[in-house]
Amino acid sequence: MTTTSNTPPPVAAPAHTQTKATKLTGGHGDKIHRPSWFARIVVGILCFVWIVPTVGLLVTSFRGPEDALTSGWWTALASPFDLTQWTIANYSEVWTEGGMGRAFLNSFVVSVPATIIPIMIAAFAAYAFTFMEFRGRDVLFVVIVGLLVVPNQVALVPLLRIYSDLGLNGTFLSVWLAHAGFGMPLAIYILRNYMATLPRGIIESAKVDGANHFATFWRLIVPMSVPALASFAIFQFLWVWNDLLIALVFLGTGDNAVVTVNVASLVGSQGQGWQLLTAGAFLSMVVPLLVFVSLQRYFVRGLTAGSVKG
Amino acid sequence: MATVSYNKATRIYAGQERPAVNELDLQIGDGEFLVLVGPSGCGKSTSLRMLAGLEDVDRGQILIDQRDVTHLPPKSRDIAMVFQNYALYPHMTVYENMAFALKLRKTSKAEIDRRVKEAAQLLQLDEYLSRKPKALSGGQRQRVAMGRAIVREPQVFLMDEPLSNLDAKLRVQTRSQIATLQAKLGITTVYVTHDQVEAMTMGHRVAVMLDGVLQQCDTPRALYDTPQNVFVAGFIGSPAMNIKTVPLSEQGASFAQMILPMQREQIAAASSGGGKVTIGFRPEATDLVGPHEGGLPIVVDLVEDLGSDANVYGHAALDGGSERFVVRTDRRGMPSMGETVFIKPQPNHVHAFHATNGNRI
Repeated sequence: MTTTSNTPPPVAAPAHTQTKATKLTGGHGDKIHRPSWFARIVVGILCFVWIVPTVGLLVTSFRGPEDALTSGWWTALASPFDLTQWTIANYSEVWTEGGMGRAFLNSFVVSVPATIIPIMIAAFAAYAFTFMEFRGRDVLFVVIVGLLVVPNQVALVPLLRIYSDLGLNGTFLSVWLAHAGFGMPLAIYILRNYMATLPRGIIESAKVDGANHFATFWRLIVPMSVPALASFAIFQFLWVWNDLLIALVFLGTGDNAVVTVNVASLVGSQGQGWQLLTAGAFLSMVVPLLVFVSLQRYFVRGLTAGSVKG
Repeated sequence: MATVSYNKATRIYAGQERPAVNELDLQIGDGEFLVLVGPSGCGKSTSLRMLAGLEDVDRGQILIDQRDVTHLPPKSRDIAMVFQNYALYPHMTVYENMAFALKLRKTSKAEIDRRVKEAAQLLQLDEYLSRKPKALSGGQRQRVAMGRAIVREPQVFLMDEPLSNLDAKLRVQTRSQIATLQAKLGITTVYVTHDQVEAMTMGHRVAVMLDGVLQQCDTPRALYDTPQNVFVAGFIGSPAMNIKTVPLSEQGASFAQMILPMQREQIAAASSGGGKVTIGFRPEATDLVGPHEGGLPIVVDLVEDLGSDANVYGHAALDGGSERFVVRTDRRGMPSMGETVFIKPQPNHVHAFHATNGNRI
């Protein structure tokens, strides 16, 4: 027991701490340690478990309805060069008749402002919470962080009533506001914690240099907070893009339906047309995938290196 | 160009009884290089930050060029500050770092360019102008921080331990560069350090602080020759002065078998110290004498050979306890470890302090 079962954790633990350490020091120049076999196997299994359904979805989306209904997607992989079994009909159908084209556009119209608005406001708020002294600052911050535990659902009915009074139901503005509000506590929390780690001396130096709050915010804090802003932007964008509940409640189906709502409506009540669903689902996945892959380097923090000695 | 005055300036941090800076009175002349020195937590940095406007002044006043700036924000004080950790803006190049304050003041592009280039030349930073701070060495970053202050052409320079992050050799080099630069620019400078060697070599005048209270402010030579109290005597000078409290007799202080003569007024002033007096003698004002000349025998613990001369550290049994002494000697008479030598303070270089309040008498 002592020798065999205890071995994996000690082997895995150093590998973990080492990768963390290289990340924190910025990585360059440090010798990168190879992860242990245990870590590799675990990561390998996780990747496999996540990728298989995705591949299945992708393969199925290129097969005709007959094939999709009668045989499993993996059988298609047995003869991948038999081109007769592949078709892009699902995609063209879903894009035009399925309304995915319009939904795609709607999703962008919803997601982009619903990402930018909360980040803008949260960045201002985080700056105030970090660098400005005012009465009740800490209490206010605790209240905002406390809002993180309140489920969004409790606000849906009150919001619907307010929106109908204002005549906002079914408009894009209603979803922007809802997403901005729901995303705000987390955004403020993340950004404030990041800004609190920025060296104080820099802010004081800016004060002596004659910068007011506005100049300090735009010229120093925002550029130095790019990693946090970017990672939250990605986070919020993916959240809004993948959201079904809020979009369904405030925008509903029809002309303003977003991708998620549209995908959900692709399958008929008798389950017909689910090969269309695979194509629609894959289309809805493409944007998050691209966003993540192209922007993931912003998750790596390293912009403050060199400003202070250490 | 300006004078700076602290008039009973006091800073009390919330929730603390003892002021961090207590009724600081200090007049700094136009073009003067004043060094604030003291151990950690003595209030020297707080004093500087009060002058910068980064710290509130709870009582008293601070004047720059006869103008009351006590409650003005930093940007209205026309000062420039060099921080201990440099506080460079990481996302800006060296040029942008130096130009930042000028840009905020809407200085014309041509003027900014002229001033930045000039400062860069002065600090030998010409070839690094387009680099970011992280691509610079510690010494270069320090110079950028200096350059950022210089381009402002402020009335007062404030420097908060600007050399403490450099290695020993670079520190000595930069020390003289800063002193030369200050002399050249003639801008009033307040410089904070905990290193008394920096203080003594750079300052026109040195202000020694302890526990938020100014102990003495004088030229380095005067601090060294006539320290006003025991703390200043022990703080200034390396190795530190030998300080002992000994019985007072009618002729002076009786130290071991010796009587160190004191003047009549000194003895009178010391008499309220409970029959005791505190004496101090510097290692270099102490002689090694032969065994029968009445010196105090000490056992050598350590000899620091500095090349030109040597510091001899030893201990002696005195008043039932073991007391430590330091003597500076030339290389010829250098004793070896464990040897017993005899020391004798030079009588006219003995400092006398009141035994209870520590003030010079």
